[in-house]
Amino acid sequence: MCGIAGIIHRDGAASIGDELTAMLNSMKHRGPDSTGYAIYGPADEMVIVRFMLAEPNDFTGFGMDEKLERNRAEVESRLAKIGAEVATIQNETGYAFRATIRYGGDLKPLADYLEDIPGCKVLSLGSSLEIIKDLGDANTVHDQYGLAKVSGTHGIGHVRMATESDVDLASAHPYWAYPFADVAVVHNGQLTNYHMWRRRLERMGHRFQSQCDSEIIAVYLAQQLENGLSLETAMKHSLDDFDGVYTYLVATGNELGIAKDEMAAKPLVLMETENLVAMASEEVAIRALVGTEVETRDPFENEVLTWQV
Amino acid sequence: MAGMNTKSGVVYDARGLVEPDPEPPMTAVIDGAMATIDATDLTTRKINLELKRIVYDEGVNEVTIVNPGSKHSLGVGILKRCKLTFEGSPGWYACGLIDGPEVQINGRVGWALGENMMSGSIVVEGPAGSLTGAALRGGDLVIKGNVGARTGIDQKGGTIITMGSAGINTGFMMQRGHQIICGDAHDGLGDSMYDGVIYVGGKIASLGVDCVPAEMTDDDHEFINRKFAIYDLGTPPDFNKFECGKVLHNYDALEPSERKLVL
Repeated sequence: MCGIAGIIHRDGAASIGDELTAMLNSMKHRGPDSTGYAIYGPADEMVIVRFMLAEPNDFTGFGMDEKLERNRAEVESRLAKIGAEVATIQNETGYAFRATIRYGGDLKPLADYLEDIPGCKVLSLGSSLEIIKDLGDANTVHDQYGLAKVSGTHGIGHVRMATESDVDLASAHPYWAYPFADVAVVHNGQLTNYHMWRRRLERMGHRFQSQCDSEIIAVYLAQQLENGLSLETAMKHSLDDFDGVYTYLVATGNELGIAKDEMAAKPLVLMETENLVAMASEEVAIRALVGTEVETRDPFENEVLTWQV
Repeated sequence: MAGMNTKSGVVYDARGLVEPDPEPPMTAVIDGAMATIDATDLTTRKINLELKRIVYDEGVNEVTIVNPGSKHSLGVGILKRCKLTFEGSPGWYACGLIDGPEVQINGRVGWALGENMMSGSIVVEGPAGSLTGAALRGGDLVIKGNVGARTGIDQKGGTIITMGSAGINTGFMMQRGHQIICGDAHDGLGDSMYDGVIYVGGKIASLGVDCVPAEMTDDDHEFINRKFAIYDLGTPPDFNKFECGKVLHNYDALEPSERKLVL
């Protein structure tokens, strides 16, 4: 059981960090282990890189700080070597970083080169996407990463109850569609043909950062977008291609979509107004956002819906 | 027990999920035979404790719950005849396991409304989520909007009336009782049902395994008209009737103990 939430503002940016936190915190009972956000700010000419250099659980031995500092320097030197000009690099926590770089090249070699550093994982890459995820509930992550200051037009979030893998950052949602810019997915459910699709996508040259079934949804959809399909068409294909029970939310630089499997096994409540669309596993999260009685509906089985910013 | 105090003064367990040993908040406003509970700042447990205190200890039979805020499991396990009104939307598992209450919900509900309800009635002015009336044993559910997937799964009695459309696998494994669906029924209607009757007013996407059409009788019309009159639902549309084909679950094969009795 996990909880998912999404918001899209169609009339400009809002304080989406606070809004998603209110929604996710109200669904804490669906997953208190880790919380994650994929937030889309205004598109930047810079590339935003969110990366981590160690798992929070790794801080057990001596010399961890020196090792992190060494690897951080290595990240900067490798970025310079591959032709990226580092504008800023900030320490969000002891192990998670946010960098903005000037880089016009292909993102895959860049991500591969960084992930080659021991312990380094690229959480997100893109001109507007920022993935923030950590252990603990929504309020904890919100305070730790200063999300009160974060604004954006749309975003998706996830609270996780660990069932099939560890409580760590590698298994936390949202997942970035490595190596495609600005695509992220949160998912509630299980894909039963995960291994088949993982092998299929690996043969196409993709690599995966985790053992989590949700990651293939992101890569699958991004690959279809790369092939020229619209997000809606790609998501409709996914209903035929993925077996199992799932409701997932996907976001790109200018779109947000939901899809529900053919059994309607996982919940979703949707609120649509002219300027604001919000969706969550439970209505209590929509209430945490708007506060008053609002008209909501549960999408039926096999439904795919998308909204543009 | 390791406790965690919050700003609101509620004590939770170490993970911040369960509220052990709460007391009724004593905040309801009682006015003669009626009472009002404002659920805004109360947790699920406090709301239910207060409701039980009013209905059982104070003997008040008409209770209005305002600002339910889509909290889960509200009004569960009330085993007494009384009138409950929700001004707003409760969340999942609303009014489960009840025996007797007459419930009016002026809003929508989440998943599993009236789960395992024994008797009484629940009228919902808006839509309902999936698993509405799961394992329903008796009483009436009236939903004026759409219902989600698997409405009346494992239904063992009672009647579910849906004024809108119903999602996939409505009446899945139902064993007794009635469903009246005025709108459309999605795929897998009455899948693997054992017994019971489903009436559908709109289009049917597909029938489930061992669900077959049947002929409407005068008794069926009388039943539908009676239910529509009770809940003031206007003139009923024309219905098609569906029931169990009695092929799937080996009705002709007797258990050894039953065979002994028959022979």
